[in-house]
Amino acid sequence: MLQILKNRFLKGVLTRRIEPGLSAEMEQAGLELRSLIQKKFSRSLHIRQLDTGSCGACESEIISANNPIYDLQRFGVNFVASPRHADALLVTGAVSKNMLTALKKTYQAMPEPKFVITCGDCALNGGLFQGSYYVSGAVSDILPVILHIPGCPPSPLQIISALNAFLQKT
Amino acid sequence: MVCAELAAGIKNIFGAFEALSIVQVYTDEIRIKVGEKFFKDTCLALHKILSSPVYMLFASDQRKEMDKFAVNCVFVDLKKNCWVIVSMDIPQEDPHFDSLAKCIHSASLFEREIWEMFGIYPQGNPDLRRLRLHDEVWPKGNYPLRKDFELMQTGPLSDYEFDRVEGDGVFEVPVGPVHAGIIGPGHFHFSVAGEPIINLETRLGFTHRGVEKLFEGKLCFEAIKLSECISGDTSFAYSLAFARAVEKSSGVSVPGQAVYLRVIFLELERMYNHVNDIGGMAVDVGFSFPCAYASVIKEEILQLNNKLTASRYLKGVNTIGGVSRDLDKAKRYMLLDSLGRIKRDFDELVKILYSSVSFMDRIDTTGALRRKTAEDLGVVGLVARASGIPIDLREYFSSVYKDAKFRMITGESGDVLARLKVRIAEFKESTRLIEEFTGKLVDSRQINAHPELKKGSALGYAEGWRGPVLCWLEIDCAGLIQRCKIVDPSFLNWQGLSYAVLGNIIPDFPLCNKSFDLSYSGGDL
Repeated sequence: MLQILKNRFLKGVLTRRIEPGLSAEMEQAGLELRSLIQKKFSRSLHIRQLDTGSCGACESEIISANNPIYDLQRFGVNFVASPRHADALLVTGAVSKNMLTALKKTYQAMPEPKFVITCGDCALNGGLFQGSYYVSGAVSDILPVILHIPGCPPSPLQIISALNAFLQKT
Repeated sequence: MVCAELAAGIKNIFGAFEALSIVQVYTDEIRIKVGEKFFKDTCLALHKILSSPVYMLFASDQRKEMDKFAVNCVFVDLKKNCWVIVSMDIPQEDPHFDSLAKCIHSASLFEREIWEMFGIYPQGNPDLRRLRLHDEVWPKGNYPLRKDFELMQTGPLSDYEFDRVEGDGVFEVPVGPVHAGIIGPGHFHFSVAGEPIINLETRLGFTHRGVEKLFEGKLCFEAIKLSECISGDTSFAYSLAFARAVEKSSGVSVPGQAVYLRVIFLELERMYNHVNDIGGMAVDVGFSFPCAYASVIKEEILQLNNKLTASRYLKGVNTIGGVSRDLDKAKRYMLLDSLGRIKRDFDELVKILYSSVSFMDRIDTTGALRRKTAEDLGVVGLVARASGIPIDLREYFSSVYKDAKFRMITGESGDVLARLKVRIAEFKESTRLIEEFTGKLVDSRQINAHPELKKGSALGYAEGWRGPVLCWLEIDCAGLIQRCKIVDPSFLNWQGLSYAVLGNIIPDFPLCNKSFDLSYSGGDL
């Protein structure tokens, strides 16, 4: 316990401590994101992440976006355990044939209104796995996708800015 | 010399042994070619002599050029520091071979793989259910890794049959493929009586993308990008194993500076993953502060990667013949400086964990994988070391590590605590190694050999943070890949997890799972 307290005081608040240039950019994007979420999603946007054949790098970056340095949650974005609690489905990876049913069922389990976001190059069109015998194609062939976050993998900052840019438009 | 010794050894156990050829193709690779009849007994003899599990067992389709299939079985000889590959040819009509599964457990999954991908029948294997091509979506009789496979032929679909445990009060708990966290998909089928788990069957393959087939027909220089996307958290070890296979088969020697750069990046990859897992274990018992603390350290290493190589996950760094990025003086200074900070933070993290009695009590004796079980299953890498098996490719196959006085870390008890301790010690060893290797770097040296590629085949390998990443390549005269076989340490270790959780309660499963931290995409390919 003492160790935890000691470190808590020594470290202080870590959030925002990335490179000076990037930090300002993120705060800007994040605060805009928060005000948009306040208006459009009555204070919080709940996302359910689904891996349909990703290599794991996108997941790692989504988890990183939630670490104390970026702390996506403070802008009102939550990652939830059940599709029943979700406003948005965040899909990563090329769609493996084995995950096709799970993808559709997860989407069906979400309450209306709902929307789908894809994250990473594989989810857009299969990426490097395009044309494989076991890839069912792009997510957008299966579900209505309204936002794509590009990158291999997209960095936490790219994820935050993409969400912001999208909410600005809608 | 080495070959003759090996042949004599095999003959000692298997008297009728006769090889078509035994050749030491590279200093670290011996190939034994035998007739179909001798394959099984030769493998059993080698398994006994080398006390090595089957690291790889795979087929390749050579019907077009030579009217046959070939099957290769890979063992490791730790005394002579080389790989031993036994191979045989199988005629293309009614292809089959004698199964090794009943004698060597680690061969069993590979045989199922050969059966589903090539349709070569492993006679005598008691379990031929498919691993990756799920029966619900993929009709029988379609063998995607055969060269003449083009489009899936339709046919009847069926359901997968799970192992059943029967008895009074036994009930089943199916979990997945979609899990609650931000994590890959896999299905876990628990059979439980009261609280303790009495059987766990993992059904994987959900992220199967047909990676091995995608490699075929690609140029090596292009395919290295694909190798980085097999398992995103191990992208550097994968590209390294791939590049080494190409370099070995073409006889390319990598410039000294590049060798050091590669091991520096390999250790950086190990560090960010180990610290991530240590945090993960803490949060899986509800101890969130150390997890947040660990994720800050991980972020620091990822940002360091980004500053050094312009990629947080070290993608695009490896090339055939060397690396694409050098570390100049300023970058080296930055690396050492950050390393000092990371080390201090890491020590604090360890102190926080060790001073929490409830955390230590929770992980002690949980999820134990006994050494005997681990050996029988052929478990590899970090998990094997935590169970007391001294195997690390860095120790046996690398002269740079030897020069740096690399210290292999092993545990004893094989429980979650042992895996935590191995991770902690390996993290510290990695920081020491990076400091050592960075001292060996010099300014403006050649970092890439810009090689010309030749026809050939070779086994590439690297000790990634989970364990050995293996990559077998066959390259034709046009420089195109004919066959690429990849084995991720997760492939064999998933079975270890099924045994480690026995007798534990389901709420401890996430903890056991995190302590193994296996790759879904690496195992599923």
